[in-house]
Amino acid sequence: MGRYVLARLAWAGPLVLAIVIATFFIIHLVPGDPIQALVGDFPTPPGYIEQVRKDFGLDQPLSTQLWLYLTNLAQGNLGFSFSNRQPVLGLVLDRARYTLLIMVPALSLAAFLGIAMALAAAPRAGGLIDSSITALSVTGFSIPIFWLGQILVIAFAIQLPWLPAQGMVSARESLQGWAWVRDVAWHMVLPVFSITIFYVAIVARVARASVLEALSQDFVLTARAKGLSRRTVLWQHVLPNAMIPVITVIGYNFGHSLTGAILVETVFAWPGLGNLFITSIGNRDYPVLLGIFLVTAIAVVIANLITDILYAALDPRVRASYGKNA
Amino acid sequence: MPRFLQRFLAYRAGIASGAYVAVLVLVAVVTFALPGVDPHQITDNAMVGPSMEHWLGTDELGRDMLLGILFGSQVSLAVGVSAAFGATVLGVLLGAAAGFYGGWLDLVVMRVAEMFQVVPSFILAAVIVALSGTGLTQVVAVIVLLAWPQIARITRGEVMRIKQLEFVDAVRCLGVREWAILAAEVVPNAMAPVLAAGTLVVAQAILLEASLSFLGLSSADIVSWGRMLNAGQRFLFNAWWMSVFPGLAIFLTVLAFNLLGDAVGSALNPRTVTR
Repeated sequence: MGRYVLARLAWAGPLVLAIVIATFFIIHLVPGDPIQALVGDFPTPPGYIEQVRKDFGLDQPLSTQLWLYLTNLAQGNLGFSFSNRQPVLGLVLDRARYTLLIMVPALSLAAFLGIAMALAAAPRAGGLIDSSITALSVTGFSIPIFWLGQILVIAFAIQLPWLPAQGMVSARESLQGWAWVRDVAWHMVLPVFSITIFYVAIVARVARASVLEALSQDFVLTARAKGLSRRTVLWQHVLPNAMIPVITVIGYNFGHSLTGAILVETVFAWPGLGNLFITSIGNRDYPVLLGIFLVTAIAVVIANLITDILYAALDPRVRASYGKNA
Repeated sequence: MPRFLQRFLAYRAGIASGAYVAVLVLVAVVTFALPGVDPHQITDNAMVGPSMEHWLGTDELGRDMLLGILFGSQVSLAVGVSAAFGATVLGVLLGAAAGFYGGWLDLVVMRVAEMFQVVPSFILAAVIVALSGTGLTQVVAVIVLLAWPQIARITRGEVMRIKQLEFVDAVRCLGVREWAILAAEVVPNAMAPVLAAGTLVVAQAILLEASLSFLGLSSADIVSWGRMLNAGQRFLFNAWWMSVFPGLAIFLTVLAFNLLGDAVGSALNPRTVTR
């Protein structure tokens, strides 16, 4: 297990470095002066631009610039956002909490629903539930997630005024304690549901395939031959085996769901990364945009790493194959 | 080819989506060539709901929504098809070279592909477009940059499988040069899954362009479905038709290309049994 984790870490390190170097080149992609990408278009105090020029060595050769960029990043210096009057790193991490607040419940719900659908469809391939999984997954891949959010707002916040359409808390009341928690939960329903629908499509497809695959294995036949009921076999033998690909698909799609969350947030004015992203586009606050890209990209690498490790922890076959090669 | 057509016609979803795409192409061509009709035409009937006069209603400046949606097909198709074409050409070149020659070339191409597949591609696309400008060329270039790895992976896999087949050795015995074997024998035989994947890239590209326009990362002078949804977002409480119809156009078009890609893939795959 230790050897496996080390191998995956050795893969993640260079990947992060490559992402950082790619970001460096993106800064130089701006037509004109790269200083624009590092400072943005917001008014800055006198002398700040000269300071940034010096910090990042913009008058030096490209290799020196890259080195300075790397050392600045290593110290957590992603620049300063003048439209938000805050260092970029703190700002991005602060907003990321709100994004996770809708992403984590959405992913959990999607995993639960996806597996439940796959298990319900398992007894009859080609049946009604089975075909609806296929239809759902094609739909999930094709629907613009922000449009889905808009439709949910129109249906459940405007036509049927059941749920709040925008924001994270009711602006007019100042709530405390449990009342506040309930208010936030109420505001979470529609954004969470938008991300869930998109994600169930992916999870249900993979879960369906892996349940069918597990059902065709010899151990299922053995368990049935031992006299276990269909239900026991499904819950105790098929489900644990089918869970592994589901966990992997959720982990590896972390980046996709992050993108989805960002687009959904703009519809619901949810104060997370997506909201920060769109206001930064409007303000031409480039350091924040680059900061969001760097932080999310590194988060995705970490999510993949955790997925790899979980995968090995759950499936002895993966561990074993690494042990033998040593 | 007749056998391909026969198989393709066995997929009802494939026929329906093929027909939809054909109609859409027709709409894009007609609106492009039609003189005297301007989708930017501002009228006094601002934000009127669907009626006999304006079937799908009008927007905040009184522009007809139906006209906008019909004209919007141009951007979606142009971006979708050219981005998919670019990604397919780039992906086939890199994937075929990597799979055929192997070694360090394979290692480098696959590592770079892996990096592009790990990073949150939409965020990267939005950052690049925000920095470099919102022209259609930039949008297409960004999508090509993000989409080639999937084509390269498939091409590489196919090329690695095909290069070990006997007929390749036979051609080699005839004295044909290596690169000519790759270009004339191996790559053409690897094309079937690549074509299917390329069709799916059209769907992704249309969705990505719409998402960028929705965030306001497109030129305001160009009529596009994503841009219309961006306007719809501001009037969600007053004019549902400004969001519902353009989004439906995106959804149906992306769905059509996804189904078409699946049908092409199944029809070209010799292992699929004709139903």
